[in-house]
Amino acid sequence: MADDPKFKNRKFKAVGTRPPRPDGLDKVTGRAKYGADTFAPGQLVALVLRSPHAHAQIKRMDTSKAEKLKGVKAVITSKDLPDVTNGDRDLYDTLENCLARDRALYDGHAVAAVAAIDESTARKALNLIRVTYKVLPHVTDVDEAMKPGAPIVQPRVYTRGVSPKPKSPSNVAKVSEFGHGDVEAGFKAADVVVEKSYKTEQTHQGYIEPHACLASVGPDGHGELWVTTQGHFVYRNTCAALLGMDVAKLKVTASEIGGGFGGKTHVWMEPIALALSRKANRPVKLEMTRDEVFRSTGPTSSTSIDVKIGVKKNGTITAASAELRYQDGAFPGIWAMLGAMTAYACYDLKNVKTLGYDVLVNRPKVAAYRAPSAPMAAFAVESTINEVAAKIGMDPVDFRIKNAAKEGTKSSYGPTYGPIGIGSTLAAVKKHPHMRAKLGKNQGRGMACGFWFNFGGETCTDLNIGVDGTVTLTVGTVDVGGARASLSLIAAEELGIPYERVKCNIADTGSLGHNHMTDGSRGTFSSGMSTIFAARHAIEELCQRAADTWDIPVKDVVWNDGNATAKGKKHKQLQPLSLGDLAGGSENTGGPIAGHSQIVADGAGVSFASHICDIEVDPETSATKVVRYTVIQDAGKAIHPDYVEGQFQGGAAQGIGWALNEEYIYGDDGRLQNPGFLDYRIPVCSDLPFIDTQILEIPNPNHPYGIRGVGETSIVPPLAAIGNALSDVAGVRMTHVPMSPPRIRKAVKENQA
Amino acid sequence: MAGTLVSTVINGDSTEFVCQTDETLLQVLRNRLGLTGSKEGCGTGDCGACSVTLDGRLVCSCLVFGVEAQGREVGTVEGLADGDALHPLQSNFIKHAALQCGICTPGFLIASKVLLDRNSNPTDEEIRFALAGNLCRCTGYDKIVRAVRATANELGKK
Repeated sequence: MADDPKFKNRKFKAVGTRPPRPDGLDKVTGRAKYGADTFAPGQLVALVLRSPHAHAQIKRMDTSKAEKLKGVKAVITSKDLPDVTNGDRDLYDTLENCLARDRALYDGHAVAAVAAIDESTARKALNLIRVTYKVLPHVTDVDEAMKPGAPIVQPRVYTRGVSPKPKSPSNVAKVSEFGHGDVEAGFKAADVVVEKSYKTEQTHQGYIEPHACLASVGPDGHGELWVTTQGHFVYRNTCAALLGMDVAKLKVTASEIGGGFGGKTHVWMEPIALALSRKANRPVKLEMTRDEVFRSTGPTSSTSIDVKIGVKKNGTITAASAELRYQDGAFPGIWAMLGAMTAYACYDLKNVKTLGYDVLVNRPKVAAYRAPSAPMAAFAVESTINEVAAKIGMDPVDFRIKNAAKEGTKSSYGPTYGPIGIGSTLAAVKKHPHMRAKLGKNQGRGMACGFWFNFGGETCTDLNIGVDGTVTLTVGTVDVGGARASLSLIAAEELGIPYERVKCNIADTGSLGHNHMTDGSRGTFSSGMSTIFAARHAIEELCQRAADTWDIPVKDVVWNDGNATAKGKKHKQLQPLSLGDLAGGSENTGGPIAGHSQIVADGAGVSFASHICDIEVDPETSATKVVRYTVIQDAGKAIHPDYVEGQFQGGAAQGIGWALNEEYIYGDDGRLQNPGFLDYRIPVCSDLPFIDTQILEIPNPNHPYGIRGVGETSIVPPLAAIGNALSDVAGVRMTHVPMSPPRIRKAVKENQA
Repeated sequence: MAGTLVSTVINGDSTEFVCQTDETLLQVLRNRLGLTGSKEGCGTGDCGACSVTLDGRLVCSCLVFGVEAQGREVGTVEGLADGDALHPLQSNFIKHAALQCGICTPGFLIASKVLLDRNSNPTDEEIRFALAGNLCRCTGYDKIVRAVRATANELGKK
């Protein structure tokens, strides 16, 4: 609740302000070091050979000529990355994705790699590797892959989640079911039932920085890895497991990261770089090209979704169901499961059922992409919600308000909600001036809602007080977009000192306990929580030092605004001791002063957003232009509002690109036709309007400051918001994303016919 | 293969380097001269992360050969600040939170500087079109346009 007494009267000093970020100067001067920006003495350059086929048996691989080329120091194939996964299915999938074993499973699948003294030598060596392929039948479409007789992508995969256990392998890797109540009875009780089917094409996270790393492994089993990643601790564990190394002997340092959006939560070519380095006994630098990023790193799923919603004439939804088919690429994932969980999360439903089918195809292994799987499900559901509202003659916002989930609602995926913000975002939509702005010619307006779970996870943080009273905050979560500023604000708030006296560093894996990666919008939520606990731990120590200095019991000491203060009249002659005083004297009071926290940051608060979009459609060409856009989202508590707004705007822009332009285009040969930014067109500056934002703060009761993750939800509503706006202006319901000009034209023509 | 000796001026300093004729200016800047501020996002001139100036003109350094810098002046992000004084664009990018991950920032700064050098008072639309060759995936461009706008306003007042 917004008026939760725990938060209502809370006054913040640092939190909620907008100071410059600590890494800002390095990033505007070119000094910041990203994945490709570091060099080691004697380093080699690595390149990867990739399959040109969507599906092929690797019959023979001859690397002898490449090995003999002068300047080549190592050539590896799957033999050099042997299977030490010990029956761990997920780990084996990762291994096989890193380097193909007996079969190439998609266009772009790595089959071999070389390390040489320079790039041109490495390139020559790649051309000398002879691979004999036997091309196999392939399948790249999710619906085709589910048909009987479709080529089987993974003969080791039998459908999970069905009973009895299947006797033959299937491209359906997993079936997931969620919901409650009796949907059949619910549909019978409905006055109107609307059924619709949708398709969405595959999109890529599109981070501007390609994957890059510098690996160094010696014959003594010790190694180091510098890498652009969202989670260096997770990369360490995975790489160590794949290479048979001791976890402690592989030190991974996270470079500055040039965008991830989920795509840098999985290892791709890092084990290759490590294996090459181990074989050559030299440091190896491996940078992907953009072509490689598109062809072989995790895009999100393409999908095919059926939605059915039943409603009473008074606007009450009586039942809702959906069948969601998501392709996982060539390896089993949880993407349809997440789609099935999120599809109806915005609504308070008596009867709801969703079925998710995770389906294998000959495409790259799907990775998380910002609120993974939720945007497609929301596109299908939120488009249908508008259709239903229209059928019963109800305003789509009022219809949503009537059926919105609230505190105490049993969610469609299981848990019962605590305080949530969907109702507040919808109320804010009703009040927002955007809803009353005049639409121009050929313009239409739409809105839609979105949900994301958010996540917490393992987190470990150190807080060290310097002798001058400045504070080093050491965290293990990668900063993807301003987190160091937010975490410094939190440390300053808790200690009662100015923001400028805190320096936040991201530690390497040798310097802190395990940290889960920066995903699930958890960076500021979980490291923020851990920072608060580490600061409180340091404050206990500071109070003890003050008590010792004054020779009074520690219970008589309180920490107040950056000072240790003695309580009570009997101590009134004792002047407060500042953080600086205590730090300066620490040598004589027990040594260094530090705080530490190691937690599983439970209690991530779910997040909701409502977006409003105005779009203009050229009646001749069906070219579209977003002319006005507003994001309203619950942040729990905005620590650094600039970067909260930035997350809202960035997610909306990605959603707009997804809705209107972006798609993986595969040829009949199963090869990706558009692996570059020219043909895979992400929004450019002239495509977009200013994106208005409104931050709501409905505190998350599970976090000391009320924080909810803010990074992901903003990509969920845009697809449907734009679809609904297009419906408003063009009078057609778009059911295929991206809603590109040819598809809009086709829909309009069919509608006129 | 013997390299080619190239004499050039980079960020105001006379600089000589040897490179192969098929090496791009971006490769030279990053791998031979240690100027890693210019980034490779695509290598095909689509993303603008490698934007530099060549005799004051905005170019993608991934589309220029290193040997083409012979006798010309190259400007990179490392040369934007004047000693300890940041260029107003740099200060405003920080102030307006115009960067999240920051990988595209060097390219945006160079492209924005070239815009303001030739048009000191651009409209928002002119800013958006001038920066349309630079991809940013984090910000949705909102705060970038605001930072450039603010810089133009500041410079206009001087």
